[in-house]
Amino acid sequence: MTDDREALEPRADPLAILARMWLIRAFEEQVSALYGKGIIRGLLHLGIGQEGVAVGAASALRAGDLVFATHRAHAHALAKGVDPVRLLAELVGRTTGLCAGKGGSMHISAPEVGFVTATGIVGGNIPLAIGAAYASRARPDDRVALAFFGDGAGQTGSFHESLNIASLWRLPIVLVCENNGYAEFTPLSAHTNVERIATHASTYGIEAETVDGNDVVAVRDAVGRAAEAARGGGGPRFVEALTYRLRGHYEGDPAKYRELAELSDWRAKDPLTRYRDRLEADGLLDAEGTTIGRIEAEARRRVDSATREALDAPLPAPDDVTRHVYAS
Amino acid sequence: MADIRYVDAIRAALEDELAADEAVCLLGEDITLGGPFGATKGLVDRFGEWRIRNTPISEATVVGLAVGAALAGARPVVEVMFIDFITLAMDQLVNHAAKLRYMSGGALSVPLTIRAQFGATGGFGAHHSQSLEAWFAHVPGLRVLAPSTPADAYAALRAAIRADDPVLYLEHRGLYWQRGEQADPAAVDPWRVRVRRPGRDVTILAWSRMVPLSLEAADRLAEDGIEAEVVDLRALSPLDLEGIVASARRTRRVAVVHEAVTTGGLGAEIAAAITEAAFGDLAAPVLRIGAPFAPPPAGPELEALFVPSVDRVVEATRALVRGPAAASVGVSPAPA
Repeated sequence: MTDDREALEPRADPLAILARMWLIRAFEEQVSALYGKGIIRGLLHLGIGQEGVAVGAASALRAGDLVFATHRAHAHALAKGVDPVRLLAELVGRTTGLCAGKGGSMHISAPEVGFVTATGIVGGNIPLAIGAAYASRARPDDRVALAFFGDGAGQTGSFHESLNIASLWRLPIVLVCENNGYAEFTPLSAHTNVERIATHASTYGIEAETVDGNDVVAVRDAVGRAAEAARGGGGPRFVEALTYRLRGHYEGDPAKYRELAELSDWRAKDPLTRYRDRLEADGLLDAEGTTIGRIEAEARRRVDSATREALDAPLPAPDDVTRHVYAS
Repeated sequence: MADIRYVDAIRAALEDELAADEAVCLLGEDITLGGPFGATKGLVDRFGEWRIRNTPISEATVVGLAVGAALAGARPVVEVMFIDFITLAMDQLVNHAAKLRYMSGGALSVPLTIRAQFGATGGFGAHHSQSLEAWFAHVPGLRVLAPSTPADAYAALRAAIRADDPVLYLEHRGLYWQRGEQADPAAVDPWRVRVRRPGRDVTILAWSRMVPLSLEAADRLAEDGIEAEVVDLRALSPLDLEGIVASARRTRRVAVVHEAVTTGGLGAEIAAAITEAAFGDLAAPVLRIGAPFAPPPAGPELEALFVPSVDRVVEATRALVRGPAAASVGVSPAPA
């Protein structure tokens, strides 16, 4: 099985894709539990239900490609190959965390695996990704940058300015909109009359696809086509993945703005179940459930051991509060 | 060495850094055409249109794009044509450029320079004349430089581009055509104050265009027998408190002169820092001389009333040294 601290490259085995989705699900359920116990504090936006977009997109990239993610980024990070031990250590504020405890849930950075940064400002990461694509084009090298953002970002100025520049300069960027239907507490329809965010791409002459975001294979294929087109000098590509978050906007949000029927409809479209069924139909999983049981158990074991390791790590010292403000 | 104009020193620093390091690139509106003041004139011919990149009028995204390029190994220099336009890019500068090193626990580095010209001259009005340096000095992670001479402008810009931190490099268009001697950049430390004129009676702290104005004021004060020490701050963040306090202790009286409004201005921070470090050595409270609490007016007569003048600096500093006879002259009107 692929090491979970590696990028899932385009040739990754289907079972490795399923295992990574399970790692994310187990990770998010664990951090939700730790949040409930007060062991993790702060603001926590979970990606439960959106694993198909994260793993589908990240597994279509090469290891050296650069990802810029959102406030809901644990799934993006784990999909790109971020070490779950160091991510968990970050969420519990330990010095061994990815950001030495200074970033927390919303500011994950792991440049060593091409996960550059995430942002707490909706839409704020899109210009950053465009900039990485500009650097690749100016140098030039064959890297592609990928920005994840939600439907809420489609109403920001940064989004529109970025699409314009990406198109004008034909930059090697893949723009992945995770349209989960809600911008914080408000349905998309209350923020814009534009039903599909991908519609905006055509204004700027950018080719776009809208796909079922809960179908990891559909996302992977679309992002794969987009990344290779962008890498080949074809300019930016836009992929809108329709999905749903199965948790509230943040942990502790009772999400009373959604109908229970809507939630249960989407539960039936859980991306993990969907992909399991597909692999079963393809004969890649045994009928007894041994393989899937082993994948789930391994994910939970991995997250449990990551939690123990993270909690055993040292807490910051008083001097650490002013370290890393400047280079020297 | 030969004389050089301030704006040409900026252009020379850009050209020399572009030649020295392929990671350096310039982004901004109209820069392939030289920009409104000629600071980037001709650079596109030597370095090509990918490294000298003309951008749409999209400040928020252009600054963010430069941050992203810096994260990916470039060393970008963005020209924000007027500091007033940087308000559009505050998210990228304050939330991303300034904080990414810290938020990533040192995993990321943002070697970015923002060049912006500031200050009120020529009646450009309130959207092309502000002095906003205090906002940026208030943000941990940003560095702010405001050189006053061509030699310092050259050395400071090269240092800014080589710094691994985001640097806001402030240029005053009132200085662009000033001439000055070139200097060996290795002999200039742009992060430290420089005593431009020694004096025993009072210290005048200033930066950018207020430095030549303060030197003129010091010459006038000398005719009255008052020897003012003029200290050019050069770096506005982090402040060289050691150099500032040393001068305050020497002269025991300090006036801070800046173009920004006094309320919440950098003079307030400097006054507080001097007071905390050297209260017992002071013969008088630290005086602030700045703009009144109003936006920069466009009309030339009003603009002249807004910007500190040589007369105001002379009279307020004389009152600081000799007593309260004209003490109200230097104090800006309080906000209504």
